[in-house]
Amino acid sequence: MRRRTLLAGAALGLGLTLSGTAMAQDKTKACFVYVGPIGDGGWTYQHHQGLLAVQEAFGDKVETAYQENVPEGADAERVLTQMALSGCDIIFTTSFGFMDATNAVAAKFPDVKFEHATGYKREHPNVATYNARFYEGRAVMGTIAGRMTKSNKIGYIASFPIPEVIQGINSSFIHARKVNPDVTISVVWAYTWFDPAKEADAAKALIEQGVDVILSHTDSTAPLAELAKTPGTIGFGQASDMAEYKPSPRVSSIIDNWAPYYIKRVGAVIDGTWEQADAWEGIAGGEVEIGEITEAVPAEVKAEAEAMRDAIAAGSYHPFTGPLNKQDGTPWLAEGETASDGDLLGMSFYVEGIEGDIPK
Amino acid sequence: MDLTAINPAVLIASLMVAAVPIMLAATGELVVEKAGVLNLGVEGMMIMGAVYGLAIAVEAESPVVGFVAAAAGGAALSLIFAFLTQVLLANQVATGLALTLFGLGLSSLIGQGYVGIKPPPTPRLDFGPLTDIPVLGTILFRHDPVVYLSVLIIAAVWALLKFTRAGLILRAVGENHDAAHALGYKVQRIRLLAILFGGAMAGLGGAYISLVRVPQWTDGITAGAGWIALAIVVFASWKPWRILLGAYLFGGITVLQLNLQAAGARIPVEYLSMSPYLITILVLVIMSADRGRAALNAPAALGRNFHASR
Repeated sequence: MRRRTLLAGAALGLGLTLSGTAMAQDKTKACFVYVGPIGDGGWTYQHHQGLLAVQEAFGDKVETAYQENVPEGADAERVLTQMALSGCDIIFTTSFGFMDATNAVAAKFPDVKFEHATGYKREHPNVATYNARFYEGRAVMGTIAGRMTKSNKIGYIASFPIPEVIQGINSSFIHARKVNPDVTISVVWAYTWFDPAKEADAAKALIEQGVDVILSHTDSTAPLAELAKTPGTIGFGQASDMAEYKPSPRVSSIIDNWAPYYIKRVGAVIDGTWEQADAWEGIAGGEVEIGEITEAVPAEVKAEAEAMRDAIAAGSYHPFTGPLNKQDGTPWLAEGETASDGDLLGMSFYVEGIEGDIPK
Repeated sequence: MDLTAINPAVLIASLMVAAVPIMLAATGELVVEKAGVLNLGVEGMMIMGAVYGLAIAVEAESPVVGFVAAAAGGAALSLIFAFLTQVLLANQVATGLALTLFGLGLSSLIGQGYVGIKPPPTPRLDFGPLTDIPVLGTILFRHDPVVYLSVLIIAAVWALLKFTRAGLILRAVGENHDAAHALGYKVQRIRLLAILFGGAMAGLGGAYISLVRVPQWTDGITAGAGWIALAIVVFASWKPWRILLGAYLFGGITVLQLNLQAAGARIPVEYLSMSPYLITILVLVIMSADRGRAALNAPAALGRNFHASR
């Protein structure tokens, strides 16, 4: 009797699964791979907001799935393969370190579309890349940092020595120096995207060095939590608004808004018009937003930062405009010349004025 | 590099803070080992303390309640260890390792809903004008209560082990459980209490990480602090005050390496990041080189199970 009940149960279960797959075939399945937890309040949180926007925009036409905390490396390949096998039509891999795994898995599943964030490898026709011009946001933050620092020391918590991060350091520094010629920048390499303990320690060390404005290029809110303990120091929301630290220490933020891009690309899969692409939008395209500048910032500094934002959005100003020299003093950009995208994507040097070396 | 940018007073103040979690956990483990039990589950108990402390502090909106809950949580997990090793006489090494793995997994499950949430702040103790004394004020009088508590606990453990009858009994159980049993002491009960104390201390240490140092929850937040605590017990050759020394040394190097980086030292970051662990290994090697002395200090019945019928 018991065995029969079990069998019946199993059969029922099997039936359900089968009908489940049958139904799924009408729907487009969009899958997301996250490097951190959704609750990081930063990078991954914003990508998840994008997923929710996709679900909202297409309703019953799409099914979404995601996996959090996927390590960059061999595990990523396993997760991607599993997703491709489970019927995903388009997979977004949302960290630089997933680059090789994305291309390797894409080779095995030519019918599945892959979208890799912040990378540059598109080895197969079914791999697209997308990125945002975070350095434009850094120009605005750098302006505020240069004006707000009293010790003339700003700090930067960097993750990995990759072009995207180096662009951020350079852009922040150039614009801080532009408004405050005495400013210096200390860079701490955390070698992680998400490790609140390490990020907090790094922020603490910077504060102990007399730094009073910290920019972070890691994903958690921990640096802001550390800044909140020391009056007179400020920081910025990174990747997400991090509004819970308003009005200080979080005085403004760079918000990554992935929703429009995700909706566009998933829509293209539904229509069958998806094509390989390399998207790199900035403030003008709405992918990079500047969060509210709080009352902790004087009105004239706020106006200056907003003018910078608007000039970048209008295309009348490029954050990397000459004359700019490399760290060793060799000329990079002549007067009025702007950096090409190729230069930016391969950026592996500090600009003149930054001390220290980029780790290899 | 600008070494003058590193202010020694600030450095000492922050190494005291950095050392608190391992110091608390190591003090607890010292008592456990003094009773003759080797509990390798410190990491697991710490992380359980970290997650309980944060979760309860957030729900109760009080860091004090959080710390108490963390101690209770760590002790509760150590109860599993006590049951397995003292009642079922399971192997202590294997049980301790299992406890760590279990704690890491369970904490991750409990912590799911608490990622990225801010715990209520733990206030500093107010020493009034003392805070403004140059150098000394920075080093000694600008901390939260747990920093002082951790030193007080070491003093209390030292006094208990050295001067009281209870301490003598605890050491007797750890040195020779058969003799202690013959004298009429309840070996298992005493060990159980020691294990519970160890769990509570590890829990407190963990909560200090999630409530004060970071302050946030994320999977694996203790990042190996429990293992360092175990190493520090050996480093201290089972003497309470040397735990203070070991913890400050480790905490000091952890803080110093970040400060060196921020000051622009031209040493590859990778070496700086591994330096606290390298120093720990180095000290352990030096300590163990003199085999006779190290062995003399270790409790004789360490890691051996006791059964009255034998």
